[in-house]
Amino acid sequence: MFSRRDFLQLAAAAAAVMPAGGTRALAQQGLSEAELLRFAPLGNITLLHVADIHGQLVPVHFREPSLNIGVGEARGLPPHITGKDFLQRYGIPEKSAAAYALTFEDFEALAKSYGRIGGLDRAATVIKLVRAERGEGNVLFLDGGDTWQGSLGANRSKGQDMVDCMRLLKPDAMTGHWEFTYGEARVKELIKGLGFPFLALNVRDTEWNEPVFEPYKMFDKGGVKIAVLGQAFPYQPVANPRWLIPNWSFGIREDDVRATVEKARKAGAQLVVMLSHNGFDVDRKLASRVSGIDVILTSHTHDALPEAVRVGKTLLIASGSHGKFVSRLDLDARDGEVKDFRYKLIPLFADAIRPDAEMAAAIAKARAPYAGELRREVGRTESLLYRRGSFNGTFDDLICAALIKERDAEIALSPGFRWGASVLPGAAITIEDIHNATAITYPNAYRLTMSGERLKEVLEDVADNLFNPDPYYQQGGDMVRCGGLGYSVDVRKPAGQRISGMTHLKTGKPIEPKKDYAVAGWASVNEGTQGPPIWDVVERYIAGEKVVRIAPNTSVKIAGV
Amino acid sequence: MAVPRIKLDKKEAKKGDLVEVKALVAHIMESGQRKDASGAVIPRKILNKFTCTVNGKEVFSADFEPAVAANPYIQFKFRAQESGAVVLTWTDDDGSKIVGEEKITVS
Amino acid sequence: MTLILNRRQALAVGAGAIVVLGGTAGPAFAKNDSDDIIKKFTGNATPQQGRVKLDLPEIAENGNTVPMTISVESPMTAQSHVTDVLVVADGNPRAGVATFHFSPASGAAEANTRIRLATSQNIIAVAKMNDGSFFTASKAVKVTIGGCGG
Repeated sequence: MFSRRDFLQLAAAAAAVMPAGGTRALAQQGLSEAELLRFAPLGNITLLHVADIHGQLVPVHFREPSLNIGVGEARGLPPHITGKDFLQRYGIPEKSAAAYALTFEDFEALAKSYGRIGGLDRAATVIKLVRAERGEGNVLFLDGGDTWQGSLGANRSKGQDMVDCMRLLKPDAMTGHWEFTYGEARVKELIKGLGFPFLALNVRDTEWNEPVFEPYKMFDKGGVKIAVLGQAFPYQPVANPRWLIPNWSFGIREDDVRATVEKARKAGAQLVVMLSHNGFDVDRKLASRVSGIDVILTSHTHDALPEAVRVGKTLLIASGSHGKFVSRLDLDARDGEVKDFRYKLIPLFADAIRPDAEMAAAIAKARAPYAGELRREVGRTESLLYRRGSFNGTFDDLICAALIKERDAEIALSPGFRWGASVLPGAAITIEDIHNATAITYPNAYRLTMSGERLKEVLEDVADNLFNPDPYYQQGGDMVRCGGLGYSVDVRKPAGQRISGMTHLKTGKPIEPKKDYAVAGWASVNEGTQGPPIWDVVERYIAGEKVVRIAPNTSVKIAGV
Repeated sequence: MAVPRIKLDKKEAKKGDLVEVKALVAHIMESGQRKDASGAVIPRKILNKFTCTVNGKEVFSADFEPAVAANPYIQFKFRAQESGAVVLTWTDDDGSKIVGEEKITVS
Repeated sequence: MTLILNRRQALAVGAGAIVVLGGTAGPAFAKNDSDDIIKKFTGNATPQQGRVKLDLPEIAENGNTVPMTISVESPMTAQSHVTDVLVVADGNPRAGVATFHFSPASGAAEANTRIRLATSQNIIAVAKMNDGSFFTASKAVKVTIGGCGG
């Protein structure tokens, strides 16, 4: 497959790079912009896709997961392979640039060699070059959503900074998830100023059951009529606060997807593309049940796959997160079907790809109001701080420690969000770093008492949202992170029976069902939650600690993987 | 008495067309399974019957149990046969009725 | 329904706790008198799978108002039509949800309403045809605590 060969060349070019070589090693080893973008064009249409940028305007370090559990039919299939298994599956050499971009292996050392990845200015360079090469009339650029949230600037400007910068890239359409956490009025206001459609076929009003957004849009590209269907995150009012969007109802709505595909085909669509925020496993199941979709541009679960996944006649693309990648999919679409395709997941190595001047200026302008605050050092870390992974992340361990200390709790709960950039060992922890892991519109750090029984219910409930063998019953986050609480989990067990051996870590005693425990947490979906914003809690804690060290987390015992 | 809100997807139809009706009515739909602060059961009070007639002929009806949500929503279709009054009636446990009406013109 | 009171109480406390809509930690798909109600409706006949479509969200957004659509494949002519559709929920305190009545004048055997689900459970629809045959479909709906996705 072209994409694999391509990645191999990328890897070979960088194979000689040794850690501690400095990020300039990239250029010295031939990892140039031209090499990263090298692509033998194919067919008549190019799709460009970004997703899950999570408010990241500038390049980041982002460690991919070491554990990404798949259950049921998805067990052991991409994207549920990590580390060396991932490298082997895709033929990527260890310690290569591709290995660094796509896996957690040797992350700390390789981060020093290969540097940061992403930045909307680098994405702009790539998008402009591809448009110039292929011709505007043959390129569709689509944003899968989770674009407007995830950083201090995005949160303070209620998504405005991201909208202003993304607008320069002239996307053809977008859909959303965290976008909705700015509330109905703000979402409508931002959409009005987009200049391109916000598509979501699976959102209806709770009163009259009527569509809220445009379900799809038809484009003429490469001499072909292309229908782009939008599918917003199906579990918005469950996974995030319903009170922020009380008049809207979501859901997978498979029948509506099917009906929209049929309608688009009837209206003359020769190529059907679904811009989806379902999450990869949901899309894989959907592709096996709904015919007539040529391409699903997946998102939500933050998977970065260097090859397209085929389900029947449908191609699934997974473009990663945090602005690390731009996906390029060339299609030979004729006679109402895809005859051939070529795919490349382009990693945006910040030291290899030139920043686009226009976008760089827009980013600087967007960040200017908070520039001093963003770089203010709160403390330092001796450990790598990261979040992604099915059960633990060191950044969450840090947040849980902060909750326990600053809110005087025995047990801390931190949501299993998949977004949040990494901080390298030895680096300063800045205000920007803290907000990159906490910037939400419902940040209050609550403190309350919960019985042991209730704690188990919470863990079981979240576990079923991850490990229900039917992807349609999953929500796509990771497991809730616990501080001060250990437990065992068997992912194969049915709902309500996965969690056992819950232990109060401070005393080493079992959690008692009828006993009350002081619990602190954040990101409650309930309206009116009381408590200081989580970023203040974390800042106070880090400032007090001065240097952060995170011990390996051994408090969750996992079975059935 | 609550005034129902009714939407027809078309006010003018050709004979044989399917007409979609959506209706909302404000009602607590008290299930009879809840208790008040003192522990006493709050008596059941629901709309237990819904009927739609066109020119006096029933085209659709439903029996509701307490598991139907508060402010009941109902959506259904009927086949347009003749012009006339589309009358929607909800019957309360206490025997009272809520009635709403729309006109349909069939050509 | 008790779940409404639970939710109100939880909100009234204002603790910011995660609201539990029903006991999700128990057996996920409990049973009530749904079988008896179905048997009464069918006169003990066993309904066949098929023809009935039951559309509910896989995960409820709000257990107090879950949208539900039933539809049954039928020409809805005098010769061949659906007469009644029974809907039950097997995990609520009481299984009954609604019964819809159709005739050829309905033109289509379709109805949509919003229902209360106390916990994760199966919703079952049984359609009676004018020839006395029965068809059925079911759908599992999860009622979740929520709040940790993303």
